[in-house]
Amino acid sequence: MSLRTDQALIAEWIKPGSRVLDLGCGDGTLMAHLQQHQEVKGYGLEIDEENIVECIHKGVDVIQTDLDKGLSEFNKDTFDYVIMTQTLQAIRYPDKLLKEMTRVGREAIVTFPNMGHWKNRIQLALAGHMPKSKTLPYEWYNTPNIHLCTLSDFENLCATNNIEILDRATVDHEHQSSLGMKLFPNLLGEIAIYRFRQND
Amino acid sequence: MQEGTRPVDNVGLVEPQTAHFSDTLALASGSELHSFDIVYETYGELNKERTNAILICHALSGDHHVAGYHTPQDKKPGWWDNAIGPNKAIDTNRFFVVSPNNIGGCSGSTGPLSKNPKTDKPYGPDFPLVTVKDWVKTQAMLADQLGIDVWAVIIGGSLGGMQCLEWSIAYPDRLKHTFVIAAAPKLSTQNIAFNEVARQAIRSDQNFNEGHYYETDDKPELGLMLARMLGHITYLSDDALDEKFGRELRDGEIKFGYDAEFQIESYLRHQGKSFVGRFDANSYLLLTKVLDYFDPAGDTEGSLAEAMAPATAEFLVISFSSDWRFSPERSQEIVSALLDADKCVSYIEIQSKQGHDSFLMPIPRYHQVMSTALDRIAEGLGIA
Repeated sequence: MSLRTDQALIAEWIKPGSRVLDLGCGDGTLMAHLQQHQEVKGYGLEIDEENIVECIHKGVDVIQTDLDKGLSEFNKDTFDYVIMTQTLQAIRYPDKLLKEMTRVGREAIVTFPNMGHWKNRIQLALAGHMPKSKTLPYEWYNTPNIHLCTLSDFENLCATNNIEILDRATVDHEHQSSLGMKLFPNLLGEIAIYRFRQND
Repeated sequence: MQEGTRPVDNVGLVEPQTAHFSDTLALASGSELHSFDIVYETYGELNKERTNAILICHALSGDHHVAGYHTPQDKKPGWWDNAIGPNKAIDTNRFFVVSPNNIGGCSGSTGPLSKNPKTDKPYGPDFPLVTVKDWVKTQAMLADQLGIDVWAVIIGGSLGGMQCLEWSIAYPDRLKHTFVIAAAPKLSTQNIAFNEVARQAIRSDQNFNEGHYYETDDKPELGLMLARMLGHITYLSDDALDEKFGRELRDGEIKFGYDAEFQIESYLRHQGKSFVGRFDANSYLLLTKVLDYFDPAGDTEGSLAEAMAPATAEFLVISFSSDWRFSPERSQEIVSALLDADKCVSYIEIQSKQGHDSFLMPIPRYHQVMSTALDRIAEGLGIA
């Protein structure tokens, strides 16, 4: 059970012994890792039955949930961190869910594919078609990714909603990082990782 | 069933056992039972450490005969044979499964049919009303007698799921895990309304005689049959009924009369009649009351989260998409309270067509969820 680099980065950001809620937790890999190595407690939320069985197999507490219905089950500041990896772009109302994440958690962490990556820009600008890549493998008509954005789009939304960004990192589709990505994240980063919180 | 044709994953022939309790049992109602019996079955072997025991709590019309056959001639195995046995979801190669029949029923444990020691006649309507709390208390007494301090898992569907909740509140130290299946934290108004119609069907039967009908040959069969027919409709989904019977006619044409013309009519009548042969009307009345009264949040000013606070077990809550008697929303109420109370809980809604009865069906995903959870539990116990 090995972590993707974005997950490994998240694991580094999370303090041992924290309470964590993982939205769209998939097969529970990240939660299982956090439970085993960082004494983290919490739940995964997932909609897919096969993934839920996998979570149960790994000993991750998982609640079948449709994230489009919000997080009303949970009270304010119930968790130290609310995480969502590679799911934001498939959410019906990402702005509302981001607010929900910062309500339920003292801090939130998201990762999403960066639409501003240079390969995506070239495909649209020069080839004239919707971008496809290893991180965005779908055709425009069957993609679950209905709300793609760039790093600047995301940061603008955070500014509008008075969300303070605490940390930012980018990686490529092999989940490696580089100096170039640090200098030009919106151009060279394929996957964006943010840690943030709501300012009152 | 023919000898020699028994499937290899079956627990085989089983014999019910009886545990006698001669102490007075104080009931939640304030009444007392001076002594009582619990009939139960067991499958598999209790390990040396006594850590591999699973308790099965039955639903309204269920009993202790959960798996296997009583005689080689039995046509049907126990009511949850598809889930319990060697290499099945609840694997008797690894776990020791105990299934008691609750008091107040009519399958062998003390109930309205039993002799009242004071009068030497059946209790009948004088059998005191019992509650889920009382049941769980008697199940704990049975556990004492069997030498089981802690259940590895307590599993129950429907009214059985309510017993799981009560166990986790009343005896938090005596169970490690519980599977709460197709349950609800309390009955809805509509649920109680259905129960009341069932009760009135029985009580208005001209043979009911205020419950004193054991001495005569005329039992309130019609009333009990109606009660079961009504109940049965609520156990199935609209789609399941439609798929099974549609508007199919028994004789292929409308006869303009009140005999059973549609297949669904004859099916319901058959279900009602066969139930009358195996169930007692006084027990049925009592059991519907057990359901009505269950409300753990009633002790904590309506807060289920607060009611669940003492629990230490790990919960697996399972609901079924087509269940409208105890819908997925009712299971989510339980999950919500458990999350509020900061308990270990997992939840899944199984896609199914068969309504509330889905919890008795061998739905692959459902059994996979249970067996996956049990694999992990077995691993933790070192019995995998």
